[in-house]
Amino acid sequence: MSAEPTAPSPLRAPIRSRHGGTVYPGQSFEERMATIEFRVGTRAHITVDSAVCRSCTTKACVSACPADLFAPTSDGGILFNYEQCFECGTCYQVCNEVGAITWTYPDGGHGVVFHHG
Amino acid sequence: MGEPTVPQASGPSPVRFDAVVVGAGPAGSAAALALARAGRSVALVERGPFPGSKNVYGGVVYGRVLDPIVPRWWEEVPVERWVVRRSTMVVTGSQSLSVDYRTQAWGDAPYNGMTTLRARFDRWLADKAVEAGATLVTSTVATGLRRDATGRIAGVVTDRPDGELAASVVVACDGVNSLLAKEAGLLPRSAPEHLTLGVKEVLELPPATIDERFGVGRREGVDIEVLGGTGGIAGGGFLYTNAASVSVGAVLSLTQLAASGTRPEAVVAELKAHPAIEPLLRGARLREYSAHLIPEGGYDTVPPLAADGLLVAGDAAALTLAAGIWLEGVNFAIGSGWAAGQAAARALASGDCSAAGLASYRAALEDQFVLADHKRFRGAPGLVLSDRVQHQYPAMVCDLVEQLFTVANPEPKPGGWRVLRRTAARHGIPLRQLAADALRAARIFG
Ligand SMILES: Cc1cc2nc3c(=O)[nH]c(=O)nc-3n(C[C@H](O)[C@H](O)[C@H](O)COP(=O)(O)OP(=O)(O)OC[C@H]3O[C@@H](n4cnc5c(N)ncnc54)[C@H](O)[C@@H]3O)c2cc1C
Ligand code: SF4
Ligand code: SF4
Repeated sequence: MSAEPTAPSPLRAPIRSRHGGTVYPGQSFEERMATIEFRVGTRAHITVDSAVCRSCTTKACVSACPADLFAPTSDGGILFNYEQCFECGTCYQVCNEVGAITWTYPDGGHGVVFHHG
Repeated sequence: MGEPTVPQASGPSPVRFDAVVVGAGPAGSAAALALARAGRSVALVERGPFPGSKNVYGGVVYGRVLDPIVPRWWEEVPVERWVVRRSTMVVTGSQSLSVDYRTQAWGDAPYNGMTTLRARFDRWLADKAVEAGATLVTSTVATGLRRDATGRIAGVVTDRPDGELAASVVVACDGVNSLLAKEAGLLPRSAPEHLTLGVKEVLELPPATIDERFGVGRREGVDIEVLGGTGGIAGGGFLYTNAASVSVGAVLSLTQLAASGTRPEAVVAELKAHPAIEPLLRGARLREYSAHLIPEGGYDTVPPLAADGLLVAGDAAALTLAAGIWLEGVNFAIGSGWAAGQAAARALASGDCSAAGLASYRAALEDQFVLADHKRFRGAPGLVLSDRVQHQYPAMVCDLVEQLFTVANPEPKPGGWRVLRRTAARHGIPLRQLAADALRAARIFG
């Protein structure tokens, strides 16, 4: 068996995060998220109250969410989409304002399905 | 089979079991297995479509905890590779220093560590519970605790229609975010200072390439822990070889990650690009990206482990051991889950499932490695996550070795003691501090 794989290295191509402008070596964030299976349910298991976020000074969720699901809006709020969520808990743990995030699990059988966890 | 003792709640009569275990991770499956083996009716409730589907770890499972649970487990467990090499790598931006240990003894029964993937390992252990008689209920969320007329915990409420499960005892094995332990008031709603975020990439490589790059045989694997490669955020990196992929990732202090404004996948990208790591991964294709929290607070953050009608095990009880180069959670989950299941079975037999009746659980953990190891490494999280251990020492140690190995002819070689003094001074570390930390480390780990 040939020892060396022939695919080009993914380590060198520039990428940017979904909402931020920073460029890292690797592949695009969309390509990264496309490696994960999501059985998306109809109920949003996490909701974010953008009105509360407007007074938040840290916006800690924006950079910390590993799935990059918190998008800052021009009016200082947050646009959130639950569909590609890892259900990890980072966002409610780092959240800066009481009442900004309601956090539950997706309904049984829905949400992320890891095959290589 | 014991008589159900739960008083009837109002409404349609719920399905009854002696015990309900929530979460079919390693803790829950071990608990359900112990209860089923003791002849108890037990439901094992899992919110994912199959056990393991929600779970992420490094990872290596240290399997000896299975010896009394599944005899000759190594003949049937879904293993990727048996770890025969364990490396600790200290890195700065452009330097690396490794302590590399290899023993072929770990490549034979009863083995030491195995790389395995949770979608396969967790399913295997849950199947053991089912074979012993447990009822596995997947795709079902335990949304809360069920209470009887007196307010005592008496099972769980689920998200299925008419989905109440009545039981004399509930074993909460619902992981690091344990909503059940929080509802019972045993865990704080949030405590980011005691949590780390693990982010992981599984990168595909042909098995032969892995064998060659890591210097191992086909069924043999490598475990590398990295200190200092996490972009100024307290934590560490890891790299584990699977059969046809490599798991690489970082474990990051949640508070420091949030404060830094750094994206977690950017830390992993930097780690992968390190000159000591990049050649190991060259040409690999991303197979899956994932993330999960880890409870790293150790002994001082372990909550009360029992309440009336309730036991807590595994990550739900903050029982992951994260002490520097050790990151062991699966064996602690299995050990605690097994003990919880046995304690629940004893309480059911005696007819007393109150906190007092369930107290033999904590005593068992104190006697075994689970709480004994935690107690021993009690001071480790503070030292390991300290700024000196995270940033100053890795840089100092790499510089020290670089000076010892750099041949600067015609300059004569400097003496070791002089190099140490000079390097410590350059990194702003008083020798007295160095000695104090060495002593502290010796006390914690010695
Ligand atoms: C990045 C990373 C690396 C790690 N590396 C290692 C390693 O190399 N070796 C090691 O031994 N440990 C490692 N750990 C730790 C290890 O993963 C955990 O300690 C272990 O998984 C804990 O097992 P558990 O059964 O307590 O919880 P989990 O494995 O989290 O299982 C909890 C289960 O409960 C289910 N659940 C949760 N809530 C509900 C609900 N309300 N209703 C129904 N089901 C529910 C979940 O779907 C899940 O299946 C690592 C962890 C991470 C994140
Ligand atoms: S940290 Fe909390 S309050 Fe602040 S923006 Fe994010 S969700 Fe809103
Ligand atoms: S649970 Fe995790 S992945 Fe989901 S939104 Fe919160 S931080 Fe992001």
